Amino acid sequence: MLTFLLRRLAVAILVAMTVLTLSFMLTRLSGDLAISIAGPNATQEDVALIRAAYGLDRPLVVQYLDWVGRAAVGDFGTSYFFRERVADLIAQRMPITLTLGLVGLGIALLVSIPLGILAAVREGSWVDRGVMLVALVGQAMPSFWLGLLLMILLGLQLGWLPISGTGSWEHYVMPGIVLAFSAIPALMRLTRSGMIEALSSDYIRTARAKGLSRLSILGKHALRNAAIPVVSIAAVQLGFMLGGSIVIETVFALHGVGYLAWESISKNDFPVVQAVVLVLALIYIGLTLLADLLNAALDPRLRAS
Amino acid sequence: MSLLEVRGLRVTFGGRTAAVRGASLSVEKGETHCLVGESGCGKSVTALAVMNLLARGARREAEALSFAGQDLRHLSDREMSRLRGDRMAMIFQEPMTSLNPAYTIGSQMTEVLRRHRGAPRARAAERAAELLARVGITAPGMRLGQYPHQLSGGLRQRVMIAMALMCDPELLVADEPTTALDVTVQAQILRLLAGLQRDLGLGILLITHDLGIVARVADRVSVMYAGEVVESAPTAQLFAAPRHPYTRGLLRCVPVPGKVRRDEPLGSIPGVVPRIPPGFRGCAFRDRCPHAAPACAEAVPRQEAGPGHEFLCTLPPDWALRERAA
Repeated sequence: MLTFLLRRLAVAILVAMTVLTLSFMLTRLSGDLAISIAGPNATQEDVALIRAAYGLDRPLVVQYLDWVGRAAVGDFGTSYFFRERVADLIAQRMPITLTLGLVGLGIALLVSIPLGILAAVREGSWVDRGVMLVALVGQAMPSFWLGLLLMILLGLQLGWLPISGTGSWEHYVMPGIVLAFSAIPALMRLTRSGMIEALSSDYIRTARAKGLSRLSILGKHALRNAAIPVVSIAAVQLGFMLGGSIVIETVFALHGVGYLAWESISKNDFPVVQAVVLVLALIYIGLTLLADLLNAALDPRLRAS
Repeated sequence: MSLLEVRGLRVTFGGRTAAVRGASLSVEKGETHCLVGESGCGKSVTALAVMNLLARGARREAEALSFAGQDLRHLSDREMSRLRGDRMAMIFQEPMTSLNPAYTIGSQMTEVLRRHRGAPRARAAERAAELLARVGITAPGMRLGQYPHQLSGGLRQRVMIAMALMCDPELLVADEPTTALDVTVQAQILRLLAGLQRDLGLGILLITHDLGIVARVADRVSVMYAGEVVESAPTAQLFAAPRHPYTRGLLRCVPVPGKVRRDEPLGSIPGVVPRIPPGFRGCAFRDRCPHAAPACAEAVPRQEAGPGHEFLCTLPPDWALRERAA
């Protein structure tokens, strides 16, 4: 178990270092930063001044090492646009994005796991076909469009939920549903196929031969084995939700990290862009690690290998 | 009253293929009844049908199907699951995959007693350890905490047997329990089953294609061919005077040290078990049978060749004797 943990941790650290390097390089690929910060009316002198002020005149290697050294202690510099510390900017907005992501994942799991199990148990029936059709529609529907539809129906016509902002928990319901919708198809398909495979396995036949109750056969013996791919993908989906909530945050005017990333990209605020990319990547890595640990808890064979 | 009575069992899959076509057999209390035959002849399906463990889409019909006097045909799934694991238990051919990889041996064994007897966890664990010791597993207390992947195939099959015995069943259905194991382990498992039967008075329905095993452990043998029991007899009787041409062919396929000479070719039955279309009449073996006659295409009589010795053939019961005399 300890070797398993250490190996996973080592991989996670390697990936984190790669991301650190990539997020630095990506922001330098988009041309001379000093020129874009200075704006279209700036003189040569202004650009030179900005270049010196932000340390952009130093060799790339020095800039890189400087950035890595600071990032390691949580110092991402100051935003060019907001004139605030980048770390503070992210810390302010992270709770909104995290809440949204967790609400989205929660809804997704609550919907997809029971439906996936139901479809597997009734494989080939109209229930199964209906569930798979919903999955197909869900996969095909763009999330901004679904968001707008929900706003019109639940927000404007029925008046049940607020359509934008972050004032109360109700503000998270609609965006949560929209985010969940994008994750539900994959999670549901995986639950279904995992359960179908588990239910046709020899150990389920043994469980039936032992006269166990249906609940125990499905919930204890089949689900635990079917859950392993679902856990892995749920972690990836949560990562997508946190990093990819840009569209949703924009549609529902939630000022989370996704919205911040979008703003800073359009303003060429590269310290913020770098930092957001890095932080989201680190969260992603953390989630993958968490999924590995959960799976090791679910399946003893993974602990041994 | 037999412990298990099966008469006219039919199993079809999707209405097209008939896997079992009117099979009959009975298991007495304290008896080992071996069901033998080639792969695909319907042995396993018969066993699964008895336990009501057939895959979805399979249809089971029978003229009689009873366990200890109780008619199994009309039991609900819930009522059947109350019997399974408690009074009738089953072990399978695949020890490597028949245990759930995600749970410890202890968890999988104790849940049987907890389910059927409502036993508290500690007492169930005690019983599990006791049974592991009974099937010859050393350090049973430690094994209870282990996972299936930490055990060898032989150990896993012992665990399966011990698990099947948790509630002191009256009937044990064993579907080729030793096929996946190497020969030394095979012998151990068979000795174990024989011992358990002697001590516990267990009725065993043992499915196998290995006639060596049959000769060692069976009280009674039923030979299955293409979904029918074509011959059934006490073991000694069957080996000494087989009546059905298929049984004779099967016995000739087994080399007997000392009896078969070195350069003598081993017997074989030409052809394979045919697929039987619906509405098939007559003897299913007739295409492979050296004694096939036009009468074989008609309904085949069930004949008696001695006490408890039945066979399904158009040949007269004493045909073998007459053939030898001629």
